Amino acid sequence: MSETDSGEDRALVVSHMDVSYKVRGQDRRALRDVSFSIGRGESYGLVGESGSGKSTVALALVKYLPRNGRVSAGTVRINGQDPLGMGQGDLRELRAKTVSMVYQEPGRALNPSIRVGRQIAEVFGVAGQSSEEATASAQDMLRKVQISDPARVMRRYPHELSGGMAQRVVIAMALAVSPSLLILDEPTTALDATVEAEVLDLVAALRQEFDTSVLFISHNLAVIAKMCDRVGVLYAGELVEEGPARQVFDNPRHPYTVGLLRCIPRRGQRKDRDRLDTIPGFLPTPGHHLTGCIFAPRCALAQDRCRTEDPPFFDVSELRTSRCFFHEQAPELPRATPSSLAALATDGIGGPLVTVEKLSKTFAGGVQALAGVDLEVHRGETLGLVGESGSGKTTLARVLLGLTVADQGSVITLEGKPLSPDARRRPRETLRALQIVFQNPDSALNRRHTVRSLISRPLTRLAGLSGTALRDRLAELIASVRLEDRHLPLRPGQLSGGLKQRVAIARAFGARPEVVVCDEPTSALDVSVQAAILNLLADLQQQEHATYLFISHDLGLVRYLSDRIVVLYLGRVMEVGPAETVFTGPHHPYTEALFSAVPSLDGQRPDRIKLEGEIPSAADPPGGCVFHTRCPRRLSTGVCESTEPPLLEGEPGHLIRCHIPLTELRTIQLSESAPSQGGTH
Amino acid sequence: MTDITADAGGAAPLEPGGSLGPLGPAGGTVAVAVPTAAVPRAVWRLLLRRPTFLIGAVIIVFWVVCAIFGHAIAPFNPLAQQLLFNNTAPSGAHWFGTDTLGRDVLSRVVVGSRDILIVTPLATILGTILGTALGLAMGYLGGAFDLIVGRIVEAVLALPAVIIAFLFIVALGPSKTTLIIVIGLIFTPLIARTVRAAVLTERNLDYLSSARLLGERPLRIMFREILPNIMPAILVEFTVRLGYAVFAVATLSFLGFGVQPPTPDWGADIAADYSGLLAGYWWQVLFPALAIASLVIAVNLITDSIEQVLSS
Repeated sequence: MSETDSGEDRALVVSHMDVSYKVRGQDRRALRDVSFSIGRGESYGLVGESGSGKSTVALALVKYLPRNGRVSAGTVRINGQDPLGMGQGDLRELRAKTVSMVYQEPGRALNPSIRVGRQIAEVFGVAGQSSEEATASAQDMLRKVQISDPARVMRRYPHELSGGMAQRVVIAMALAVSPSLLILDEPTTALDATVEAEVLDLVAALRQEFDTSVLFISHNLAVIAKMCDRVGVLYAGELVEEGPARQVFDNPRHPYTVGLLRCIPRRGQRKDRDRLDTIPGFLPTPGHHLTGCIFAPRCALAQDRCRTEDPPFFDVSELRTSRCFFHEQAPELPRATPSSLAALATDGIGGPLVTVEKLSKTFAGGVQALAGVDLEVHRGETLGLVGESGSGKTTLARVLLGLTVADQGSVITLEGKPLSPDARRRPRETLRALQIVFQNPDSALNRRHTVRSLISRPLTRLAGLSGTALRDRLAELIASVRLEDRHLPLRPGQLSGGLKQRVAIARAFGARPEVVVCDEPTSALDVSVQAAILNLLADLQQQEHATYLFISHDLGLVRYLSDRIVVLYLGRVMEVGPAETVFTGPHHPYTEALFSAVPSLDGQRPDRIKLEGEIPSAADPPGGCVFHTRCPRRLSTGVCESTEPPLLEGEPGHLIRCHIPLTELRTIQLSESAPSQGGTH
Repeated sequence: MTDITADAGGAAPLEPGGSLGPLGPAGGTVAVAVPTAAVPRAVWRLLLRRPTFLIGAVIIVFWVVCAIFGHAIAPFNPLAQQLLFNNTAPSGAHWFGTDTLGRDVLSRVVVGSRDILIVTPLATILGTILGTALGLAMGYLGGAFDLIVGRIVEAVLALPAVIIAFLFIVALGPSKTTLIIVIGLIFTPLIARTVRAAVLTERNLDYLSSARLLGERPLRIMFREILPNIMPAILVEFTVRLGYAVFAVATLSFLGFGVQPPTPDWGADIAADYSGLLAGYWWQVLFPALAIASLVIAVNLITDSIEQVLSS
């Protein structure tokens, strides 16, 4: 930051801030020389992976650091005031009137024992309003965050609200006092894409209305790109690059930003053509300060100078800075992973391997998680499964594996042979054929077992290996997931998230399964780790000729990896088809809405198709087409409300469950994506 | 996503930067290079730093030494009656005074630690083993088994423990073995309930799904997969029960169902001499009672420390 504002005219000025945590008597520096500022009404994004210190920034600004943390150098000015030097009373005043914060988990920001209305009114009460005024203001505020029936919501307790609704309430409370600075720390990370889109739109609209400055913290680059005017990239506690969001993401000038952006699958990239790039090496341990550039150990452009000299901020252009000696060469950063796949042996996709017919699952209380799903998984393909939470994705996977027993009448076959619905009744050979990589390796790996026993168990148990054969296969497996011998005696708690997921993958592949279900395998991981895991999954699929059922809420990933895509809504298949066909359209209105909700790094979509409300309860699904309550393209004839449409093949291999014929969907959707933006109905 | 908000001196292994490590073979991501055996060692180190743990441990070690070497330490023969010197108050010769039969109270307290220190841990171990097995089965198998056994457990818990104890002792005859079995059985449903609750929190974790997909048998899942993960909870439960067991043993001896006279025993000695309280012979009751109290407090100090260290 080269600006030298006094701070009076800016909402936030942070200059040369260091933060350290005392861990076992030693100071570990978490932030080093962080400087940025946010102008009035500006929206500033702070992006970084976990461990970059972005949440520490948010906590330090309002003096919320844990007891062992302190700002050891630098200054902070919020509206020209210095929060760090304030006493408790002034600090409370500042937090009550000037700065508001919204965190990731709305459920934890609300008091579970107080009705929503009283909690919001309390904020106005603190600002000096009488109780009637405060209640009226609370109601107004809820209306501003687009809650349609504020009076009813105010009588509810926080647990009676959905995640999206609760986050709106938190935002309403944050904006209640018209703060001059709003800090949002991963506000939508816990929400579904469709709900996220709504919350983001809301924040953008309210920012205009209240003229609030926003500090937006996220690991999701696309969200930052959508929401922020300017962005700062944080790496290992240092700001490495800063500038207008669009420019930074389109033309990054620091090797870390370049690497990070290459880790994300872009539109048009496919697993069989382009491998994702990765960032080699690891984040430095906090507190271990290296001389020279903090990114040098992982940087392919690093020269001797980078390792001995601290790079200053270079002005890349008038508005942009990069903390890199070689910021001019940064865009030409050599790839860490070769882009093309060596010796691509496409076996092609074979016939049906797993089929399910009339697959249903009803949980206690009449919650129908799956309602008559018919599906074929073809040998060698990757079948992507998408849908909001509550659509039945995970239930489908668990039912397939026999972990959840399907309702009577459901049929699951493997290579034509029917399978028992209960894994405990399946023979070893069947168990071997179907395996899974879970979302969260912390939960999926027994924390008391060593890596060796975790990976060996399927080899002895399902593949029947012992002695040298066991040892050879173990060595082969850990090599193929790129673990090392020294990891074998360790327990999961001693490994990083990425390594844990490799162990889980090795275990799933151990007994050479036919089908591997990947249930959000990278959603607990950082972007740069995710890229390596995706490459690994793509490699293993070729090596082992495995078939994947890939579940993800991240449509970019699904598009990158999948050959075919299934879209689920309320336990029903709404659309199935080849990946590119489903993505390019014409698609089911639900698919269309789902895709348009996702923020993308590849530029903004002109007009988002909005989904109204939230996914209805599966215990009481709407009649007719289950999607009609939220469908933006509902027909005026009333047929959507009365009759459930069949899943029809509109073009070869592409099935859609909609009353609107495919040809008509094509005309509607093409005309809307054209610049003219014709509003249908 | 949590950032690195460094944990305030917790025992959890500090992972540098949370999640690192993309690209394969480069990967040195052993977060903390501790050998696997170092986890309990770290717990020990934390325990030894706590004064409450040290005080508790010193008291227990003292009683263990008394239990083993009691006869050598005791200044008098605890059985030797000196009817001429009965009911004498604490003095230079008899620090804790003498009882109705003129026996040295100090010597009886020192030697009397033996039986309680044998019975208490054995009874608690028995109860913990049975309770753990039952709790694992209830928690993991669930369904009808859990329902039926759960109701039986509740029914047993509804009865006063003393009544059950009487029933067994009358049937089996008073002896150390009976005491161990009775207290062990009374603890079983209590421990089973705690273990069941711990199993339920584990049951939703995906590693159990993985085990089922490997075709593991229920017994292996219970004892090899779940049990190691709930050991901390069982350890805490064990130490809590140990404290109660001291009370239970002393109570039953007091009621005459434990060690039989003239063998020195804290509970039995209080029972034998508490009528002397009215005559002002307070020392005959106070010192054995203090001995019981010190043991219970020591066990509880250790329990608290273990609980705090394990939960940090």
